[in-house]
Amino acid sequence: MGKVLDLVRCFDRMRLVMIAVGEKVLMRGCEAMAEAAIRAGCRFYAGYPITPQSELAEYMARELPKYGGVFIQSESEIAAINMVLGASVTGTRAMTSSSSPGISLKQEGISYLAGCELPAVIANFGRGGPGLGNIAPSDADYFQATKGGGHGDYRNIVLAPYSVQETVELTHLAFDLADRYRNPVLILCSGLIAQMMEPVEFMPFKGGEGHSQKEEKPWALTGARGRPSMVIKSLYLQDVELEGHDLKLQEKYREIREKEVRVEAQHLEGGRATPEERAKLVVVAFGTAARVAASAVEEAREGGLPVGLIRPITLFPFPRDFIRKAAEGTDRFLVLELSGGQMVEDVELAVRGRVPVEFYGRMGGVVPSPEEYLAEIRKRL
Amino acid sequence: MKLVFDRPRSMRDKPMHFCPGCSHGIVHRLVAEAVDALGLRERTVAVAPVGCAVFMYEYMDFDVTEAPHGRSPAVATGIKRSRPDLFVFTYQGDGDIGAIGLAEIISAANRGENFSVVFVNNTVYGMTGGQMAPTTLLGQRTTTTPRGREAKTEGHPLRMAELISGLEAPYYVARVAVDSPAHIARARKAILRAFQIQVEEKGFSFVEVLGACPLNWGLSPTEAIKRVQEELIPYYPLEVFKDKSGAE
Repeated sequence: MGKVLDLVRCFDRMRLVMIAVGEKVLMRGCEAMAEAAIRAGCRFYAGYPITPQSELAEYMARELPKYGGVFIQSESEIAAINMVLGASVTGTRAMTSSSSPGISLKQEGISYLAGCELPAVIANFGRGGPGLGNIAPSDADYFQATKGGGHGDYRNIVLAPYSVQETVELTHLAFDLADRYRNPVLILCSGLIAQMMEPVEFMPFKGGEGHSQKEEKPWALTGARGRPSMVIKSLYLQDVELEGHDLKLQEKYREIREKEVRVEAQHLEGGRATPEERAKLVVVAFGTAARVAASAVEEAREGGLPVGLIRPITLFPFPRDFIRKAAEGTDRFLVLELSGGQMVEDVELAVRGRVPVEFYGRMGGVVPSPEEYLAEIRKRL
Repeated sequence: MKLVFDRPRSMRDKPMHFCPGCSHGIVHRLVAEAVDALGLRERTVAVAPVGCAVFMYEYMDFDVTEAPHGRSPAVATGIKRSRPDLFVFTYQGDGDIGAIGLAEIISAANRGENFSVVFVNNTVYGMTGGQMAPTTLLGQRTTTTPRGREAKTEGHPLRMAELISGLEAPYYVARVAVDSPAHIARARKAILRAFQIQVEEKGFSFVEVLGACPLNWGLSPTEAIKRVQEELIPYYPLEVFKDKSGAE
């Protein structure tokens, strides 16, 4: 019944064209993310309009106040991330979203979030760059997302959905991981996913629909009532003191690497009886490129080509060991990206020269067709 | 023996790192007194700036968070909007508020956010070693205006209180100084008034405090106080620029 009510509300609130596929709703990726965030307990959103994801902010402006949440259209991307920081200081589940140029502006705040060990969810619907670039889909912010982005020794947890449904699921996961590790979590997907409409099934509201997300976080600043006063900071003036803090962060990243790797693989191995079926070429792709690559790989398999697919879902932690192991059973890798070649460096690091790692990328917002990828696969088999 | 003077409950018993003659110690005390007077210590979350006063959390005995340089008003917005029951104030310097964080302060003030701002204007960047601030006076020598600030190239000193009071939303805007006991008494009242306005949920309150930075002015503490009186106050008049309660 609850689900039916949710659905009715979706009808009512969104005035969306619905397709009756079970309990699924047809929704744009960035709006689905907004709905998922509210269901995951997000009660604070600040953002600045930027194509191709302004619908997320518009959705939040309309829906968040209905759940006692706060929506603010900030004066800048810089202010938005710092408002999120402020909300997070009080223990409130908070998020911001933007697209590539706006995410660049948020890097200072993300570094402070990491240094202060504050949870936050940041969505980047990537567009073509560098500079103003264009508004077409791109995954060229991989380096920025996974290698730090801002100043200092820190890591974001980075999740890379490849469908609207997975965007919903990873949004829930993002809030949970952010709280568990007290660390910023970036959801990195191309602008295509922001604008793509697909049927999705939502997960239930965290803690029930009326839940206001005021659960106690012992580290949150809510006034020194009945406890000593507390400080949230990233400033440690003494070198050894700061190194101690940095080591604590590194220990956290080690734990994240150990426990939070998520990766999907298809057609990697033949059975013991049919070793000849093993994939002689393994495609590695994430996000939008993976979506197209999955179609290309299926088509290649149907045509009898021994090709497999590895799709990292967490970009940090990167599925390094998984790829390293896959290198033992294949002849070569082909990395497909919507960039000039960024994740390919991590694949090379994982493979350690054991087999060749090749790369094919399109830039500037060009999204290749499955046929284009299929041609690249054929060339290598 | 009767106790006639003591440390405010909201302050820790800790020697301050501020230079001799620096005004931050006095302003810290006035802030702590106001928090105590209104019984706010246990629901206060303050936002410490980047600069000399970042160590506010070492001296204050209430919750304090750090903010990136200039971003305090955005951080305070996030805190106050998610927890309106908390008492929130930013403590900012002149570079923080008048240069790198100008967009954040103007926007927060213009939204009429219900938090308070204590802005210490000593016409120079202190922690980084005495560079020109947006409030540096014409002719004032700093490490980045070695020949003195010139209007032609560096523009005129920014009058923040006047700028903020020109906006529609702010409820209370005042400028005070801490150069003399009489002025300190007025500053105490202004900060208390600003905090009271937030408690009454009336909106944005802003107190600019003229202070001295003897070290970076190259003056002795007593000469520095004289400079506040003879040079700063004539350019930065001490006034209540806006108090909407008078109109109610």
